[in-house]
Amino acid sequence: MDPYQLLNLLFQFLDSFAVIVLAAVGLAIIFGMMGIINLAHGEFILVGAYATVLSYHRIGLPLVVAMLVGVAITTVYGVVLERLIVRHLYDRLLDSMVATWGISLIMIQGVRILWGNSLDGVGTPFGSVSYGPYSYSTYRLVLAGIAVGVLIGLYVLFARTDFGMRARATIQDKETARSMGVDTDRMYLSTFAIGSALAGLTGALYAPTRSVGPEFGQEYVVEAFVTVVVGGASVIVGTSMAGGLLALVKSGATNQWGQFIGLAAMLVTAIVAIRLMPDGITGLLEDWRRARRESE
Amino acid sequence: MSDRRLSRRRALATGLSGVGLALAGCLAEEGDGNGGNGDGGNGETTGTTGGDDAPKIAVLEDRSGNFALNGTAKWQASLLAVEEINADGGVLGEEIEVYDPDPQSDNQRYVELTQEAIVDEEVDALWAGYSSATREAIRPTVNQHDQLYFYTTQYEGGVCDETTFAVGATARQQLGAVVPYLIEEYGPRIYTVAADYNFGQLSGDWVRILAEEHDAEVVDEEYIPLDVSDFGSTINNIQGEDPDFIMSMLVGESHTAFYEQRANTGLDIPIGSSTTMAQGYEHRRLDPPALTDMYVGVNYMEEITGERNEDFVDRFYEEWPDAEYLNQEAQNNYFSVYMWKEAVERAGTFDQEAVIEELEAGIEVEAPEGDIELDPATHHMTHHMRVGHADENHEVTFSEEQYIEPSFLHEVGCDLTEESEQTQYEPGEYYDEA
Repeated sequence: MDPYQLLNLLFQFLDSFAVIVLAAVGLAIIFGMMGIINLAHGEFILVGAYATVLSYHRIGLPLVVAMLVGVAITTVYGVVLERLIVRHLYDRLLDSMVATWGISLIMIQGVRILWGNSLDGVGTPFGSVSYGPYSYSTYRLVLAGIAVGVLIGLYVLFARTDFGMRARATIQDKETARSMGVDTDRMYLSTFAIGSALAGLTGALYAPTRSVGPEFGQEYVVEAFVTVVVGGASVIVGTSMAGGLLALVKSGATNQWGQFIGLAAMLVTAIVAIRLMPDGITGLLEDWRRARRESE
Repeated sequence: MSDRRLSRRRALATGLSGVGLALAGCLAEEGDGNGGNGDGGNGETTGTTGGDDAPKIAVLEDRSGNFALNGTAKWQASLLAVEEINADGGVLGEEIEVYDPDPQSDNQRYVELTQEAIVDEEVDALWAGYSSATREAIRPTVNQHDQLYFYTTQYEGGVCDETTFAVGATARQQLGAVVPYLIEEYGPRIYTVAADYNFGQLSGDWVRILAEEHDAEVVDEEYIPLDVSDFGSTINNIQGEDPDFIMSMLVGESHTAFYEQRANTGLDIPIGSSTTMAQGYEHRRLDPPALTDMYVGVNYMEEITGERNEDFVDRFYEEWPDAEYLNQEAQNNYFSVYMWKEAVERAGTFDQEAVIEELEAGIEVEAPEGDIELDPATHHMTHHMRVGHADENHEVTFSEEQYIEPSFLHEVGCDLTEESEQTQYEPGEYYDEA
């Protein structure tokens, strides 16, 4: 294989990894930490994208500022939704699915009624890197960097800070956490807000690379759910490892045999992974750790 | 704790399989489109509009869901035609009523609404559907009741059906305008990217046939699932082949991302298309220079010059000030309503069999695209085909137009004036290159 082809493969892997991780991470937090299956996840991404594009075109904000506005508005949107609807659904898995699915449908049609069938496009910034006969979008590579940054940031937040400790305590044992003085209600709200903000970030970041219309969020749903199922309950380890595995399979197969096989290979991998690891990658790691502890 | 997590996982898996099912539903709709449920077998025939019933047409066009972007203008232009006709005294002195629920881009709903339009509303003519999958989903119902049906989208071609009039341009007409033009302009090496379902596959066949006819070759092709919206690898593959031009028959919102990503990656190879700009007005929606050197074979775009069209565009936006774009299919809906009116008046009755007979006697229409005529044998239109070109500012200009007949169905021997058929012919059966 010539070196240019290897670069192609590397860039395509980074690109897929960024899409998968950014699509999944907001969903993973809300599911892994709170046990809410948010079928409206795609529409959180939609809010981020619309807020970004509208504040870029209609208000004329610079793109980076518009993206920050996108994240902020999605966060507020998430907080309002949590207070009004979602907080009544904690520990009610199936109810949470039905309710969020309804939210998803209302959002898609609502956006269509308010802003029509599509928004004007925003050009992708930065241009491209060229190598031999090939080139790749610089912006897509920057997104891969941001995806890694998000994972590291989340690790620091949940593993190294006081807030993270309280959040995890709330998830593990609400009653005890409460008796130790943790405001669990607020923890749930904050965690949901973080999940919403990350979904909004995904929408904001991808708005300049894809066509933005009412169905924009739906493009991320399959990747997001597959990644969370393959990854398992641990947000950071699960998402990054599942993202790595799925991106490797998808980009490798796409590079060799085209988009159709790439998509199929990713989904087949997910099926096999769920069959072999019913608790996802994190479940498997947990089992290994337990087995090692017992053998010691 | 671990129990709780297990049950969460199970529920998540349930949710995922729900997503999967929904996807499978979409694929089935795209794929075989075999949605006809075959009921309603009361054997009722059509043309039963009694003297006291007001004449009624059905306009089933998507105003929500996946195809709303294309369907909304079709619905708007149909209503404009009906309104103009009614203001001008109606058809045979009667006001036309319209039955127009929103099918929501859902093929199952199309089948139900078609059934309702024919059996309960007893419509005198039916306009329905954007995608080929939709057309094939409702055609069994249409055939069962011998319903006069106008399908107005540009499509892969080949439908030879006694009561169906496919009045949009076919792949052979569109690609026949643009592929030879690009071979002449840029050279003989073609790379095809197309949507992975019946329309895209058959269009890809036509590119290969046209390439062969003009001493060019298709160096590679990729068929891409409809929900793909990241094209990094596709763009790398194209760069690896370095063709003279790309033929793109990509379809839908996800695929639109290809053009932005192409521009951003600096891929400046010209693109030919049969699907871009004239339907989904990408030149208005995307940020320039995404569509630089895009060439599309069309029978109509809002931008074509001439007094007749400018007048039509003015009337359209007067009626629908918030409309997003007046697309090719909307024009096809508009002229075909007038064409139906003309046939009814010649027949002197709304009876569908008599109206079809008049249509098959040959009919000319003064359409916004130019004067065009219906080809009686194939129920298709001879169209004024143009090659629309977008520059780096997305300004559209048109090359010299050609008047192209729907020739493929003649080649396969479709003659509906002689023999009744309800078939769709495919190029693969008649050309080695396909």
